[in-house]
Amino acid sequence: MNKVLKLLSEGERLNERQMAEILGMSVEEIEAQLKALKDAGILLGWIPVFNPDKDDSLAVRAAIEVKITPERDGGFNRLAQRISRFDEVESCYLMSGGYDLHVVVKGSSLHKVASFVSERLSTIEGVLSTATHFMLRAYKEQGYLIEQPAEDKARLDVTP
Amino acid sequence: MSEDQNRFIADHVIGLPRSGIRDFFELVAAMKDVISLGIGEPDFTTPWHIREAAIYALEKGRTHYTSNLGLIELRREIANYVGRNFGLEYNPHNEVLVTVGVSEAMDIALRAVLNPGDKVLYQDPCFVSYHPTVMLAHGVGIAIKTEAASGFTLKAEEVKRSWEPGCKVLMINLPCNPTGGVAERKELEEIAKFAVEKDMLVISDEIYAEMTYEGEHVSIGIFPGMRERTIFLHGFSKGWAMTGWRLGYACAPAPLTEAMMKVHQYSMMCASIVAQDAGVEALRNGDEAVKKMRQAYQRRRDLVVRRFNEIGLTCHKPNATFYAFPNITSTGLDSKTFAKRLLEEERVAMVPGTAFGQYGEGFVRCSFATGYDQIVEACNRIERFVNNCK
Repeated sequence: MNKVLKLLSEGERLNERQMAEILGMSVEEIEAQLKALKDAGILLGWIPVFNPDKDDSLAVRAAIEVKITPERDGGFNRLAQRISRFDEVESCYLMSGGYDLHVVVKGSSLHKVASFVSERLSTIEGVLSTATHFMLRAYKEQGYLIEQPAEDKARLDVTP
Repeated sequence: MSEDQNRFIADHVIGLPRSGIRDFFELVAAMKDVISLGIGEPDFTTPWHIREAAIYALEKGRTHYTSNLGLIELRREIANYVGRNFGLEYNPHNEVLVTVGVSEAMDIALRAVLNPGDKVLYQDPCFVSYHPTVMLAHGVGIAIKTEAASGFTLKAEEVKRSWEPGCKVLMINLPCNPTGGVAERKELEEIAKFAVEKDMLVISDEIYAEMTYEGEHVSIGIFPGMRERTIFLHGFSKGWAMTGWRLGYACAPAPLTEAMMKVHQYSMMCASIVAQDAGVEALRNGDEAVKKMRQAYQRRRDLVVRRFNEIGLTCHKPNATFYAFPNITSTGLDSKTFAKRLLEEERVAMVPGTAFGQYGEGFVRCSFATGYDQIVEACNRIERFVNNCK
């Protein structure tokens, strides 16, 4: 695995200068590698991870099982890409098993998510059915555990 | 009256020094917003799969004593692990003893082998409890100097120089807390030859072996004539981030293991079964987690050592452990004053080198088992402090 990519995937918050120090490279080299990773479509972007339960603007999310009709030349790709373009769609995956696309949709209210599904998603030519599962509560988000009871100072200040 | 009660206390306990770390701990505890580089334990919590094994043990009602030697499953895993990683073969049935941390293993090893007045060679600076543990076993400690100039490596020449008639035991800690010092293979081989020549038992504490960043970790027990005179000590605290579980072990030829087991049997009896079940899981499936933690420490080590040298506190690059041991003499302060003033003026805690023995003067121990950002900030504060000293 690329050294820069490996360091990023370990999840510590580091800027380019710190990454350069750690990897023994120059800041310019790091910037060049990050650019190369972006250009290659490997590194898609940087987003912070929020606790969805703590922020009302992200209050409602739903996982939607979508069945679609595959097309002669593109299979599922054209429809999947079309669905992915909606701002409401947070992520979209082609699945094996009982349905074709797993679409995660976010909205500021239950009504908005429901409207999106019924008026925009279901009405697309080629969408056969949808099953919407509202997410009630998050316990883990992007690898971060949520609502671990805060420990009182876990470590002593000075130990052997 | 306290004077009255003192008369009940044994002479050798009255003569025991209080740990320099304990004194410093009390000073730090009274302060707020301190960035502590004085913590001798991983900042990682025990990997979840290991904690999960302990929960499972409790769910299954595994709440009873184990054999004095420890669970046979754990002893088998230990024998496999030590064979695989250290090149030392032990029989799990009678040559492996599970203890309550390496501290207990060290204590029972010394108590099992020392007669009153026997002399014990130990490297200095060293872990705070070495000399006191020798004293508690009615032994006489003799310090072997290790020096910054050689990166605090243990030198055969220095071992020979320190030896005197009556030395029964050589106690080594490689990689070493607090210096991060190790020993080169040829030095270790020379030390081994000397131990054979002088018929010394070697107690080898290798608790930091998993935190070896460069070069190979070599165990003294692999050299000719050493297996029969070595007690190998290791544990889970550092490599697997399991300090609070208090789980360690001693591996040695059967008669020595039997002797240690007798002392263990009449004191601790056995290590906690829950911790032992967790230990089995750690050895079976913990390699990846250990590797990840080591990578994080290595990154921080490089930062800390570079920054200390930039600041003007000469610091050798430790090949192992999560400690740096910078020289602070350029500030004109002794190590206790340096640590105390740094704490008071900049709220950064490091432990004075003298807490680890007479040869620790002029140094402070910096643990880099803390977050990268915290270390960056601590180094900035140390820089400001050092500049103010000039």
